[in-house]
Amino acid sequence: MARYVSIWFPHLTTDRLVLKRPELAGTSFVLASPSRGRVVVKAASPQAQACGIVEGMVVADARAVLPSLEVIEDDAELAEKLLNALAKWTLRYSPLAAIDLDDGLILDATGCTHLWGGEMAYLKDIVARLKGSGYDVRAAMADTIATAWAVCRFGKKERIVAPGAQLDALLALPPTALRLDQVSIDKMYKLGFYQIKRFVHIAPSVLRRRFGQSLLDRLGQALGHVHEGFAPIHPPEPFAERLPCLEPIRTAPGIEIALQKLLEMLCSRLVKEGQGVRKVILKCYRIDGEMRQVEIGTSFASCSSGHLFKLFELKIPTIEPALGIELFVLEAPVVEPLGEQQDQLFNIGAANKWVEIAELLDRLVARAGPDISHRYLPAQHYWPERCTLEAASLKEQPQTPWRTDRPRPVHLLQEPQKVEVSAPVPDYPPMLFRYQGEVHKIKRADGPERIEQEWWIQQGLHRDYYTVEDESGARFWIFRLGHYQDYNKPEWFLHGYFA
Amino acid sequence: METATDKNELITRLRAEILFLQGVRVALHHKQMGTGLGPVQDAFPQGAFPVGAMHEFISTDQGQSAATSGFMAALAGFLMKQDGVCLWVGMQRTVFPPALSFFGVAPERVIFIDVKKERDLLWMIEEGLRCQALSAVIGQVQEIGLTASRRLQLACEQSNVTGLLHRINPRSMNPVAAVCRWQISPLPTEGQGELPGIGHPRWNVQLLKIRNGHPGSWQVQWDNQNLKSIITQDSPGKGQLLQAG
Repeated sequence: MARYVSIWFPHLTTDRLVLKRPELAGTSFVLASPSRGRVVVKAASPQAQACGIVEGMVVADARAVLPSLEVIEDDAELAEKLLNALAKWTLRYSPLAAIDLDDGLILDATGCTHLWGGEMAYLKDIVARLKGSGYDVRAAMADTIATAWAVCRFGKKERIVAPGAQLDALLALPPTALRLDQVSIDKMYKLGFYQIKRFVHIAPSVLRRRFGQSLLDRLGQALGHVHEGFAPIHPPEPFAERLPCLEPIRTAPGIEIALQKLLEMLCSRLVKEGQGVRKVILKCYRIDGEMRQVEIGTSFASCSSGHLFKLFELKIPTIEPALGIELFVLEAPVVEPLGEQQDQLFNIGAANKWVEIAELLDRLVARAGPDISHRYLPAQHYWPERCTLEAASLKEQPQTPWRTDRPRPVHLLQEPQKVEVSAPVPDYPPMLFRYQGEVHKIKRADGPERIEQEWWIQQGLHRDYYTVEDESGARFWIFRLGHYQDYNKPEWFLHGYFA
Repeated sequence: METATDKNELITRLRAEILFLQGVRVALHHKQMGTGLGPVQDAFPQGAFPVGAMHEFISTDQGQSAATSGFMAALAGFLMKQDGVCLWVGMQRTVFPPALSFFGVAPERVIFIDVKKERDLLWMIEEGLRCQALSAVIGQVQEIGLTASRRLQLACEQSNVTGLLHRINPRSMNPVAAVCRWQISPLPTEGQGELPGIGHPRWNVQLLKIRNGHPGSWQVQWDNQNLKSIITQDSPGKGQLLQAG
């Protein structure tokens, strides 16, 4: 005999919002979205509902009822996302869980309840845990999905319908509990069928003539005569492989062999599913109960066991086996579809080169930590410190050409260094400058090239850059900060060396 | 006569073989590669720039260091051509990427590796040299021993990647396993025509050591971006040999 649990979240989206923004707790707010040229309430908080604001109301009307009402934009896909996540969570109660749009879940609890010590305890545990995490929730259990659904939403007290007792449970409920379409429900209320018991015993042929086949189907589903479909969710299987060892492993070659086996298993599954890993963790469980783990990351989705092994190879010496490792677990928490990169893996030529380079960079990063490799693209700024932009990926190409109309030094100092100069007249290049105790007599000079501060980014003085050459032929990029003025002499800085 | 020409051919062929065995690789495209280097070209064995080998550059002050960076960038530009990729490994990077385009290198094709620990530096250069997808690896180090440089040279020979090793301010000029030792120092420029101001970069290129080649010293000018034309100045000491390797 099958048993189903229906779980209902009366305030699913608003509860979620309160969890995310605790300051909204206890206030009146609605989630609304535009529809047909007006903004319509999609969900209302319990406090707002108490003031008479219901779903489907126009926000302007709701504001008239409650001027202090807060209106928040609704995310149409949020409910489904939330239900999916909750359904995954409820897999601890039953291996088969399905989502029931817009605000419920259905569990196939057949043969599960004894693990919690009975149906009552089972249901109580579900409700208590979900309420504990902040959701308002009701649940009911019955032999059929339809009865569980009806009792969950419309039942007065009893939450568990005994096996075979669906009819008794349904008798007192309104016809809405049968999930009928609005037209049939209106018709029923017009005829005075306020409760299911008023019409459930009428002959099926009469009901069919009045309300169509759908009513009979719904009744049959509730009573268990007609089968109702159930589409359980399929949670994605995590990418993880285990390798228990007969004998504890204590040597580096042993770890290498285990790692190779695990990587081959993982990569063969990745290849089958067209996925690549960005991050892999190797967990080594030792016989003394301790756990050691090493982690690698890649700059692109990879499913090549050779490459991943090379990255791990650098980390193997850091694993301390102590008395021995009895279990290896390889987990891939970050997985991405291979997409176009897969094509490149099997292409020989220019594209293949990028994969090789990406693998090289992964090895370098694995050894020395992240942010050691940099690649630059032109940025449209004159200010020297801002005229390059770090490339986000290996594939990114410059949007604008590099500027070559002005001379730029091949070596640029991180910070401009202060120099002492003697300049003849304002706005002429200096005759000599002294830097780190050495005097450079200037033979030739070009400039000035004035570079203004970008006031929308940073305030400050402009720079007048001169390219100067001393008597030995060394070429420098120096600048004067700001104008000559009566009361102060501007400072000079050395900023780079030309080739 | 015939036997004599046969002998000559045999000798040149054997010489080429010996060179190959000694680890001097010649680029397949050395004819195109050669045009850029002007007078320096003749110094190389068989007149071709040795690729797939280590080149050592020594600089002792900031001016020389900048000139060396420019010269190395120009060499890397020839090696990279249109779609090559270059790795620039160093501890303290001062290279300003936009300036590389003046030396015929697309700056976005250069990947800079900023090494934080000195013990990782040579490992990273070697790892780069082993990657066949790269056209060139530029490494900036201060000190390097013979054994370490030998490892780098072997990595070059295996992968055919050219390594340019820039030794900045080394404490001693100890020998390293490289096919060439260069020293580039800046020279005073001349204005274009009658115009005052600074002209094209000029360098004194000294090839202090070259295996199976002719060391020498040239005064050259880097003229216009992408165009490598080296002209010797009208000085009497032209092509003078400084030091034999």
